[in-house]
Amino acid sequence: MSMPFYVSPEQLMKDRADFARKGIARGRSLVAVQYADGVLFVTENPSQALHKVSELYDRLAFAAVGRYNEFENLRIAGVRLADMRGYSYDRRDVTGRGLANAYAQTLGTIFSSGGEKPYEVEIFVAEVGASAEEDQIYRLTYEGRVGDEHGYAVMGGDAETVASYLAEHYREGATLDNALRVAVAALGHSTEGGQTTDRVIPVGDLEVAVLDRTRVQPRKFARIRPSRIETLLGERGPSEHAAPEAGPDSPSSVAPRHAAPTTDDPADPTDQVSGNVPPLEDPDSGEPPIAPPL
Amino acid sequence: MNDARIPASYMRPGTSSFSEFLSEQAPDLLPARRSLPPGSAADLAPHGTTIVAATFPGGLVMAGDRRATMGNVIAQRDIDKVFPADEYSVVGIAGTAGLAVEMVRLFQVELEHYEKIEGSILSLDGKANRLSALIRANLGMAMQGLAVVPMFAGFDLDRGIGRIFGYDVTGGRHEETHFFTVGSGSLFARGAMKKLYREDLSETECVTLALQALYDAADDDSATGGPDLTRRIFPIIHVVTVDGGRKLPEDEIAELADRVVGARMTRPDGPVAPLALPDQEAPR
Repeated sequence: MSMPFYVSPEQLMKDRADFARKGIARGRSLVAVQYADGVLFVTENPSQALHKVSELYDRLAFAAVGRYNEFENLRIAGVRLADMRGYSYDRRDVTGRGLANAYAQTLGTIFSSGGEKPYEVEIFVAEVGASAEEDQIYRLTYEGRVGDEHGYAVMGGDAETVASYLAEHYREGATLDNALRVAVAALGHSTEGGQTTDRVIPVGDLEVAVLDRTRVQPRKFARIRPSRIETLLGERGPSEHAAPEAGPDSPSSVAPRHAAPTTDDPADPTDQVSGNVPPLEDPDSGEPPIAPPL
Repeated sequence: MNDARIPASYMRPGTSSFSEFLSEQAPDLLPARRSLPPGSAADLAPHGTTIVAATFPGGLVMAGDRRATMGNVIAQRDIDKVFPADEYSVVGIAGTAGLAVEMVRLFQVELEHYEKIEGSILSLDGKANRLSALIRANLGMAMQGLAVVPMFAGFDLDRGIGRIFGYDVTGGRHEETHFFTVGSGSLFARGAMKKLYREDLSETECVTLALQALYDAADDDSATGGPDLTRRIFPIIHVVTVDGGRKLPEDEIAELADRVVGARMTRPDGPVAPLALPDQEAPR
């Protein structure tokens, strides 16, 4: 007779959170920056066809990191929700808050349901208003937490290092070229064992898009083509490609970027050990993660 | 949405067509999905009248008069019957105004939805075919007098020319060369265009041509409205070129319309087309 193993709910949620966090950290970082005319998105993405940033609606954009098939499903659902609402009511009735809530509920339900694998994604939903004060960036995490970000926001990859660079260099109300220069420099910034290196990312590897309130069309989303990126960035010195992306889709790429730690550190998404440590609480509020409905 | 979570059907990959999605999720929102009691409903709702379009090297012009009629009554003097379908195409409507405006709204979302989901713009023929499907779905209502007959035109980015498509109530689609007209005043407008059209028109000349054709339509068709000089209501005109579509500003149209009307003061039948005899220069 076999006995089922007892797994404490805390352990269960922690394992699921660890799983999702590791998946997300394997990709490359994505930066959203508020500038004078709206919101700028920059990420390193050599693919010209598979986008990480896309249009949701007139004033709304979607950006995601993590597993492509999962965030692509969420993106399509968002476009359908937005178009459905805009068609049955009015275009002005489609808001970022409404979509962020729908995403949060969906991610939260998937995370805490026992039957489904948690989504290894993190999402930004951004909205531009008539002025910079009305711009919004919502961050949605794999467990369905929503937060709104101000100024700049980073997700995926080594988000902490990129965010610390932005904390130092970000200026409010910057022009597009200044904001882009800071964002691209932040993505190229990395810390390896206490040593910082700054890489110049080739223009062809950048995916750049804006929500620009000065556009005359009702649809404010626009991709910025490589030739325009080149002009905006100006002279930067010799560029260097990144090491092949350790995407969550390639199982062989789990090799951690640091030497594999042998202890379980809940704050370290790249550790390969999970075990006897209580789950990570919310860094902002100190609350424990959402308990599963058991 | 009753459940807070996004319904599974929204997450399912598959169709990039908004109207197909709508027919699965909320069929009651489709303009054509209504069953009517037997009998004709033709005189119950306002009808839009004349739309004209013509191409010029590098683009096209579409213009519509501003009148909607209900039987012998003028239902509206300033109705807008030409709409941008997306950045590179326009659609003009004749027929039952309420249904047609709803159909245009669905068509606009359809094109934008495809563009967002697929990440690329539909070909011009693809757009024209989608509009066919929407009109075909309306056939039942058309047979009860609520017909919608649009005209679609756009700039073909692959071929670098402006193209015009006409439709019938069954969704039949036919491409027109150079110029086309629909609606109650279309016969008169087409006659005028036949005589005045040339292949080397400039953009302004093409806009003037559209104004002349609409003037002739209004001259002979009671349901088409001419330039309203007392209220300063002038036709709606859209121009589409390789740079995208734009609606001409009202003052620009007013200035041209004033000149057209001014010329008609001395010659009410409009400009004279040359009458070429066999031994003279061959007609174009």
